[in-house]
Amino acid sequence: MPSSLSRRYILSRVLLYGSAILLALWTLAPLYLVALAAFSTKQATFQWPKPLLPTNFSTDTMEFFVNTKGVLGSVGNSVIVALLTIVASLVLGAPGGYALARFRFRGKDTVSLGLLISKMFPTAILSIPLAVAFIQLDLYDTIWGVALIHTAMALPFVVIITSGIFVGVPRDLEEAAQTLGCNRLQAFLKVVMPLALPGLAAAAIFTFVISWNEVFAATILTLRNRTLPAQVLSSLNDSPLYYRYAGGFFMIVPALIFIFLIRKYLLNLWGGVSR
Amino acid sequence: MRAKLESALPYSLLAPTLIFVTLLIVVPIFQAFLLAFQGADDAFTLANFQKMANDTAFADALKFTFLLLMFIVPVQAVLALVMALLIHTRFKGHTIFLYIFAIPLGISDLAAGIAWLSIFTERGYLNSILSQLGILETPFLFLSYQNLPAVFGTIVVAESWRATAIVMTILLAGLQVIPRDYFEAADVFGANTLKRTLYVVLPLLRPSLQAALIIRTIFAFQTFSVVLVLAGRVIPVLAGESYTWYVTNRNPNIAAAYAVLVLIFTVAATWFYLKFLQTSTAEAGYD
Repeated sequence: MPSSLSRRYILSRVLLYGSAILLALWTLAPLYLVALAAFSTKQATFQWPKPLLPTNFSTDTMEFFVNTKGVLGSVGNSVIVALLTIVASLVLGAPGGYALARFRFRGKDTVSLGLLISKMFPTAILSIPLAVAFIQLDLYDTIWGVALIHTAMALPFVVIITSGIFVGVPRDLEEAAQTLGCNRLQAFLKVVMPLALPGLAAAAIFTFVISWNEVFAATILTLRNRTLPAQVLSSLNDSPLYYRYAGGFFMIVPALIFIFLIRKYLLNLWGGVSR
Repeated sequence: MRAKLESALPYSLLAPTLIFVTLLIVVPIFQAFLLAFQGADDAFTLANFQKMANDTAFADALKFTFLLLMFIVPVQAVLALVMALLIHTRFKGHTIFLYIFAIPLGISDLAAGIAWLSIFTERGYLNSILSQLGILETPFLFLSYQNLPAVFGTIVVAESWRATAIVMTILLAGLQVIPRDYFEAADVFGANTLKRTLYVVLPLLRPSLQAALIIRTIFAFQTFSVVLVLAGRVIPVLAGESYTWYVTNRNPNIAAAYAVLVLIFTVAATWFYLKFLQTSTAEAGYD
């Protein structure tokens, strides 16, 4: 009896790990292969058959990509736009998140519902009229314009995420600080902020990912001052394959790092707010 | 005075968000409608929609947008469900697998399309592997307009690969809310893993599953750069046509008409799901 039980246990473990490994391979294979292509020689793009191990390892393709006119500038633009988006959406959105977490007030449900709905609007319906308006406002083809629309896209998420973070900070602590002589602002800065900081950092990274990956609006709103995705997308038809592979890999790298950094918050960020 | 100040506080904390959202989301949507229904002389017209509907790519864009949605959403749901259920067993090492499954969360559809391009292109990795295994003699043109179903399939694969992660996190978050008692009760009554999953977990997970389906359906209407990377305009989609009309044809009015159409489908899908969701959650006795 014990042996048949342990055999069943072993079988179920094999099944469990087998399917987990299979799904992990499915997720990792494209990442590995595009990295392999990005770190092979340019000629290796057309090699046949292709080696599946980095036998042609070379940084030529990546160097070619980075040195292509406009690429480095677009990387800089992407970083600046993402940073502007993080600062703007946290400064504008975190107080709103705090209000939703701590106060009961008339219209609260309407505000929450409104934020939920505003996450759903297609990028196209925002970017096309904004492109027309930005031409008149001299914001067209500037990183400011792109940062503005990215902030608008990230803001509803940031309010909802930060409200979840502030709910997690015990109200008692804040009230204790107030009875000990802090005013509301001091209690917020000295007690709530330090406790909320890891969550806010995760929210900032989430915002970075939104902005770094956004393609449609960035391409519509710029012409010369491209962000990286806009640069890659707009040169798609007249760029060699190896340029595209290098660009793809370059855009993927931050994802690997940032998803790792905020792995503890994944369910709260994507699982919770997506509802 | 103090009480009055106190009651105004939440509104003033929310004011920056509300003003910003109004200026950069609500106003642009009105302007998009204006653009879509406006002619050259600023008068109301349906000409943009007529021109859109008469365009050769329109019918295909409509067809392929819906076809992609019908294939991608179920594939994602099944893959994500398996991933979430596996992780939820909390086997040894599950955190590493969660990280791996979650990586595509941070990847744009553009980058995902490029990763799969390296696999599906003529001299790509898939053809190379298939020929080394002796399955193919000459490369199969997955991305050629002559093999339309194959091109369509590559888009389904790439987009499912990317967005499965989003569905998985939603389902996993939903699984964690289910009290452990339910699982234990099922164990006491001798239910095996498959029975427990089918009769205990799935019904309880239904709200999360439906939430995930709404989200993915809505965003499937916006599928765009992954299609552009793998298929160019061989497979037109609504969002891609909006982009092309603005960038290539320099016509913001017809681009806006496409955007309005995408918005209408988004709203309709949400409405449909919400109506459907309410009755079904009531059915499941779950609120």
